[in-house]
Amino acid sequence: MSENSLYERLGGAPAVLAAAELFYRKVLGDPALTNYFDDVDMDAQVAKQAAFLTMVLGGPNAYSGKDLRSAHAGLPGIADAHFDAVIGHLESTLTDLGVDKESTGEVLTIAESVRGEVLNR
Amino acid sequence: MTSPSATELRPVRVTLAGRTYFLHPGTTVLDALNEAGADIPASCRSGACQTCVLQAVAGHPGPAATEGLKEPQVVAGYFLACQARPTADMAVATPAEARPVPAVLASTEPLGASVLRVRVRPLAPVAFRAGQHATLRRPDGVARTYSIANLPAEAEDGLEFHVRMRPGGRMSPWLAAAAPGSELRLYGPAGSCFYVPAYNDRPLLLVGTGTGIAPLAAVLRDAVESGHAGPVTIVHGARDAHGLYLDDRLRRLAEETSGVVYRSATMAADEDVADAAHRALEAFGASAARTAAYVCGGPATVHRLRRGLFMAGVSLRSIHVDPFERPPA
Repeated sequence: MSENSLYERLGGAPAVLAAAELFYRKVLGDPALTNYFDDVDMDAQVAKQAAFLTMVLGGPNAYSGKDLRSAHAGLPGIADAHFDAVIGHLESTLTDLGVDKESTGEVLTIAESVRGEVLNR
Repeated sequence: MTSPSATELRPVRVTLAGRTYFLHPGTTVLDALNEAGADIPASCRSGACQTCVLQAVAGHPGPAATEGLKEPQVVAGYFLACQARPTADMAVATPAEARPVPAVLASTEPLGASVLRVRVRPLAPVAFRAGQHATLRRPDGVARTYSIANLPAEAEDGLEFHVRMRPGGRMSPWLAAAAPGSELRLYGPAGSCFYVPAYNDRPLLLVGTGTGIAPLAAVLRDAVESGHAGPVTIVHGARDAHGLYLDDRLRRLAEETSGVVYRSATMAADEDVADAAHRALEAFGASAARTAAYVCGGPATVHRLRRGLFMAGVSLRSIHVDPFERPPA
């Protein structure tokens, strides 16, 4: 973790927890995605979103993302369009938080790197 | 030698299930326990996923270890082992650890048409908070979990439970017929549906369906007695008017207590408990997003309400749920 990571600049753990709720609310509110979350434990899910955001924001993390593959395996019809939609909500969350374009681009690049894991390729 | 530096260098001791673990300065509880073979489950190790949660029985884990937990969890001593770097000795427990207390059935009486008020007297002191639940286990092993309906200050004669009568069920007909003095074992209390003073000036929304109103009526009274300053709305959802078995009491409590509103919603009158909850949230106005919500009752409704409240802007960390899961028949 660099001292100037976006994670630190946004305010560390408390800010990331708030951001995770914002992000999760956008994802749940998306008709194309919402059904995938019908049976999940919301507290566990928002904690996972926080772990994911901590990773992509450059926070202190040992989250390898390796459970992303198993967590998404077997979700019916999950495809690039769903991943793109989630990336869109992440971008919108960062915009809401006032993150500049350049930093947002860096975060989205890191997020993009897990596409293969999520889509089981 | 008792110089400060010597004290700092002494390893901190953490006990878990009768075993003592030594922590060197800067080491986390998670690492120290697991390096010594305790096998505490963990995932992200950055304080986000909450997989490694433990409960402090004595001592303090440090402020970073409770970041992100719900206030009642913090009050109950829960902390994240991966973020805990205690500076003094601690005793900890895994959340699943539970020791039963022997108890006897004290009394039963009908409360409306389909609810039985059951009093159970523990034979050893049982500490609980209004709104928590406990599991009653018969000598033959049949066990059911019920919410506690009374307050700790009212529990000299035992814990009170509101049990939905289910003809053909394995526990409720037995309770209705059992003689006072029948032996039981009491597990828990557990659960995080209880009031905390940190919510003092925030709006409170308590939504219960069926006998889910029992713990929430207790939470409401606990909040009022604790001097809660924010507005409070309690909503009871039921099949029909007969199901509103605390109607008189809640109506009276709302009339007598400024800032407390009682609403009911019955399916028979085509009223949706979620609509009633959302109207209550809207009435909180600008402070609605700071609402602390408690939701108890049937699992499907509880999950629908939680999702609705979250989407309406309430933080998940401030939504406390107790879904009444029905065991397989």
